[in-house]
Amino acid sequence: MSSVPEDLKYTKSHEWVRARPDGTVEIGITDHAQHALGDLVYVEVPDAGRVLVAGEACAVVESVKAASDVYAPLAGQVIVGNSKLAAEPETVNTDSYGEGWLMRLRPAPGALEAAALMSPADYRKVLDAEGG
Amino acid sequence: MRGDAVGRQTPLFKLHQELGARIVDFGGWDMPVQYGSQIGEHHAVRRAAGVFDVSHMCVVDLTGARVRAFLQHLLANDVAKLKVAGKALYSCMLNERGGVIDDLIVYYLSESWYRLVVNAGTRDKDLAWIRAHAAAFAVEVSERADLAMLAIQGPEAREKAAQLLNAADAAAALALESFVGRQLGSWFVARTGYTGEDGFEIMMPAQDAVSAWRSLNALGVASCGLGARDTLRLEAGMNLYGNDMDENTQPFESALGWTVALAPAARGFIGREALEGIVRSGSPAKLVGLLLEDRGVLRSHQKVLIPRLGEGEITSGSFSPTLERSIAFARVPCATGPKVQVDIRGKLLNARVVKPPFVRRGKSLVTDSEGTQR
Repeated sequence: MSSVPEDLKYTKSHEWVRARPDGTVEIGITDHAQHALGDLVYVEVPDAGRVLVAGEACAVVESVKAASDVYAPLAGQVIVGNSKLAAEPETVNTDSYGEGWLMRLRPAPGALEAAALMSPADYRKVLDAEGG
Repeated sequence: MRGDAVGRQTPLFKLHQELGARIVDFGGWDMPVQYGSQIGEHHAVRRAAGVFDVSHMCVVDLTGARVRAFLQHLLANDVAKLKVAGKALYSCMLNERGGVIDDLIVYYLSESWYRLVVNAGTRDKDLAWIRAHAAAFAVEVSERADLAMLAIQGPEAREKAAQLLNAADAAAALALESFVGRQLGSWFVARTGYTGEDGFEIMMPAQDAVSAWRSLNALGVASCGLGARDTLRLEAGMNLYGNDMDENTQPFESALGWTVALAPAARGFIGREALEGIVRSGSPAKLVGLLLEDRGVLRSHQKVLIPRLGEGEITSGSFSPTLERSIAFARVPCATGPKVQVDIRGKLLNARVVKPPFVRRGKSLVTDSEGTQR
């Protein structure tokens, strides 16, 4: 059973969003997503300063098998991408909600409220429906 | 994770599920892609031993007084090279245009009995093609659906697999030379594989497969899925049918020229005229190995850009767990030099042209730009 921490918000495409005290957000992929992908061997994160619209493909995670896009859960500007993942992509497998974060974002005004994010309970229902 | 469509299943399917395998469709078969970590399974084969279920592959027995003449007509390689009983030969089966219908292994068992192992995804068209041409030679074509096949591969594979046999059969199995098989009791044990490591492929009655697999696990042989099989064969420089060649590509542009026996000139195999035409005019393309020098992962269908010569295409690409960088096969113009670029999501990354295999018997064969072994 995949881990779904209570303090995060989620998307149907298996990203998580952590609201930080300074008003920025941290974004990554869920435990379910990393498990479905398998051993990650390459992660491409966006450059600082890049402006994202909600739903835009903004990062790539590649396992041995395949490349998958990561979609921006909300609109905003990239503060920093997790540069450690270039050399240690497997961190996303071992700590998807912690050291395996992909990017930090300053949300566009009102974007966090406007984003179609799910509660942990609703995300668990999505996983149940997928048989995961 | 998957829909309701049920594919064909091997005698080991329930055991794969019990072992926690992730099951995927492969050529119409429900097959294990991995049990745990795909990279872990890959390393198990390079460093110790792993077992693969390859029962989805199609074993076909050919019998008849004129079976040798039939195979000399059917195959681009020449079974006349097979002089010792049990000896195997790798060959392409071509259409009249020289396109590859399938690649296969043929075993010489006796003057009137040969055995083919063909790919799972091409089974139906292969059997139809073989039967259509066998009639004129009065050769009987029998699919051996009663057999399961296990591939046990890795530096410790033969020694582990031999422990499944009685003492006399174990000694006989361990005495097999490379690319030779032998019937030992109800099992056909061959020193062949698709990983670049030593090992056996064992064809056995379907009802033996589960207990054999469990015994191998108990001996420390890792269960390995098709995911690891693909990265192992890519490192080993071995083609995958449907990716690296198909009916629209010929052997000379698929790094398979070495499997075409044009001598003796009198042997009129299917596709020969087309291949002779290509030899006269020169093949426009070739299949090469690529080593990605930048970070990223090469994948099939990515575009390869060659200075002044145009474009090529990756046919198979992945991350190499042994080299810890990305490798690929690519079909490129024949005059392609040592440096190319690959278009990955709009970025041009640098790759070096190398001659496969990348890895053999656990060792990297790739040199860095200064020519020293990595």
